[in-house]
Amino acid sequence: MRSVHALGVAALVMLALPDPTFAGEPKSGGILRVYHRDSPGSASIHEGATYSINIPFMPVFNNLVMFDQHKAQNSQDTIVPDLAESWAWSADKKILTFKLRNDVKWHDGKPFTSADVKCTFDMLMGKSQQKFRQNPRKSWYDQVNEVTTNGDYEASFNLKRPQPALLSLLASGYTPVYPCHVSPADMRTKPIGTGPFKFVEFKANESIKIAKNPDYWKKGLPYLDGIEYTIITNRSTAILGFVSGKFDMTFPTEVSIPLLKDVKSQAPNAVCVVEPVNVSTNIIVNSSNPPFDNLDIRRALALALDRKAFIQIQFEGQADIGGTMLPAPAGLWAMPKEMLEQIPGYGPDVEKNRDEARKLMQKAGYGPDKRLAIKIATRNIPIYRDPAIILIDQIKSIFIDAELDVVDTAQWFPKVARKDYSLGLNLTGNAVDDPDQSFYENYSCGSERNYTGYCNKEIEKLFDQQSMEFDVAKRKKIVWEIDKKLQEDVARPIIFHSRTGSCWQPYVKNITIMSNSSYNGYRYEDIWMDK
Amino acid sequence: MFAYIVRRLALMLVTLFGISVIIFVLLRVVPGNIVDILFDAAGFVDPADKANLEKELGLSQPIVVQYFNWISGLLRGDLGYSYVSEKPALQEILPRIPITAKLAGLALLFSASIGIPLGVISAVHQGTRLDYTLRVISLSGLSLPSFWLGLLILMASVSLFGMMPIFNPNPKTWTEAFAIYAVPAMAVGFRSAALTMRITRSSMLEILRQDYIRTARAKGASEASVNYHHALKNAVLPVITVIGIEAAFLIGGLIVTETVFNIPGIARFLVEALRWRDYPIVQNLVMFIACVVVFTNFVVDLLYAAIDPRIRFGD
Repeated sequence: MRSVHALGVAALVMLALPDPTFAGEPKSGGILRVYHRDSPGSASIHEGATYSINIPFMPVFNNLVMFDQHKAQNSQDTIVPDLAESWAWSADKKILTFKLRNDVKWHDGKPFTSADVKCTFDMLMGKSQQKFRQNPRKSWYDQVNEVTTNGDYEASFNLKRPQPALLSLLASGYTPVYPCHVSPADMRTKPIGTGPFKFVEFKANESIKIAKNPDYWKKGLPYLDGIEYTIITNRSTAILGFVSGKFDMTFPTEVSIPLLKDVKSQAPNAVCVVEPVNVSTNIIVNSSNPPFDNLDIRRALALALDRKAFIQIQFEGQADIGGTMLPAPAGLWAMPKEMLEQIPGYGPDVEKNRDEARKLMQKAGYGPDKRLAIKIATRNIPIYRDPAIILIDQIKSIFIDAELDVVDTAQWFPKVARKDYSLGLNLTGNAVDDPDQSFYENYSCGSERNYTGYCNKEIEKLFDQQSMEFDVAKRKKIVWEIDKKLQEDVARPIIFHSRTGSCWQPYVKNITIMSNSSYNGYRYEDIWMDK
Repeated sequence: MFAYIVRRLALMLVTLFGISVIIFVLLRVVPGNIVDILFDAAGFVDPADKANLEKELGLSQPIVVQYFNWISGLLRGDLGYSYVSEKPALQEILPRIPITAKLAGLALLFSASIGIPLGVISAVHQGTRLDYTLRVISLSGLSLPSFWLGLLILMASVSLFGMMPIFNPNPKTWTEAFAIYAVPAMAVGFRSAALTMRITRSSMLEILRQDYIRTARAKGASEASVNYHHALKNAVLPVITVIGIEAAFLIGGLIVTETVFNIPGIARFLVEALRWRDYPIVQNLVMFIACVVVFTNFVVDLLYAAIDPRIRFGD
């Protein structure tokens, strides 16, 4: 009798549950309405270095390969075919060959071929007649000798030396394939791609519209009829728009932790996730000039940081402490916690660290009666200014009186390039969670984004060593060693790695927010709306 | 009168020339240009690429040549190209003008239709509770920043009606079409209405103490006739001046309101263009605003004569 009851209850429960096939069956149609945080400078992903361009325009394009759009953690294991059906490394790991699809057409009807692949990467390497106005990721292809084609549907990357990370770089949202027959100028204003959505309109400061590509080579996709991004620079207005139902989705990874609380209280049905964005808040130290040419003072600075306080004040505890590489579990290459805590300044006892810092400062000639006066330069944007103010407060404890030097956006990089600062509060975003991208861009001798000019030939050798290593476990060990050394050298002290929120209405289905990059997950070809 | 108009028109041209020089020079004195900002997104500045881009945009030419190119283009109706969108500046600016004009017009209408009657009522009922209440309202109107009021209105709309009156280029109903302009117009016009009301009140109080008002009353004219026919007609002159100044001020005042209500008008566009140092857009927009201000002042001066026959322009 008891078992009959149990069966009855089970049957009722099963009836009450939604039919998984029915509920999960994607529906076609509808325009996804998203607000956009600002007006991007152009529509050309290759010429930008902000996800303000990636997010609206990634659905217009395809890459050779891409990160699986529904696996939150990007890694070599989650790379899937896109315009390339398959790929293979040569025996000496110096040639990466892609077999291309033969059924792909550009939005203007012209066929996609290997020539387009060659054109795109020749332009990125600065080897073609046509030039980008800006080429911020040229250094990604430093190890590529040339791109060659074999017929219309095969392209090979010939490398100077093995570089397993190249595949990850090619899978980034920053690496779409451009058409040969469209000029870079036209790609900035009316881009042509092969992707699931066609470009319709970009009205600066107003809106960006893209529409379904009915001839998309992935049959049956996309589900949406289009996506409309309304540009709303005022964050309060944008959030109110989402709460009132005017938008189906917030701008991805743009809802701050305090604002997230507002969203959840005013729109309790909204689906919200908080993920790391692989953006670190760090200090750039001018070690070329006094006083920070003195390693003791740089070390004292690193020891004075109370990272937990930063995180508590700015993110209500929701951010991560780590080195250069994004902390685990979201990050793939982070040092183990025990290793991290051995680095000066990362130990849990802040007062003990600061005692040590004060001794170093006194050794350098500073103390309560002779305080060091400096300026901390930063951009006039809240996410830069706020931590700079906390930093000023924290370093008071080690006899440093700092004044905030707020710099207009147009002047920030020229000022940094001139080394016209002592300390700067900076944010560094990583498009790919891979040491090659992070180390070469930010710490390599002579790199344009190595603002501090840090140059250590020994570490440079380790950069190359890890870069050539195909064995992930072995590579990780080298990466940890590098990261530890970078923190000990106070090359660019990392304060924290931030997390942000993204929200969407419950009827929006199939969205995955990436957990170790905010640049790669916006193809949106299989997003659908259940309404 | 004709000579006066000709003189004023000549003066307008000189003023506009002066403004064109000032805006052109000031823009270039401000540190940083579009190229710096474009590179800002890239995270570094490449000197060679920067020089190429400056050359491509004509920024490497001597400033006098740049100014001459701009003015000669302007006279031919060629406003140049936006550095950011790479579209003709005229194509970028023109569609935005009617949006701001509608908003400013509605705000002025709101300001005059609320401010003048309330100012008269307040003056006529001087010292009563009604007067005090209206004065408190007008004070609050002057004290509340329009962006704050705008946000409050938006929050109230969302929590009370579950809708949000932000801009929609294709409104579905006439009520929506009306709301997307009327609500921000009220937010920005509230301050203007408060100012108009205070000026109307003080001007009316002064007029109501004049001998001819007492005479009108002694002759048995009704209160309404005294207040609206005899007093208001003479009190309205300073009010027109204020409304004229407000009309010019509104363009600046609309920057915040257009941002809060996400209205793609010229005021918000100007701020964005300034942020990008998009010279062709900024120069031409500022010139357009200057023309509006100068022309409005000119019209106000002419209105004086139409309203008050005692005023004549010296030939």
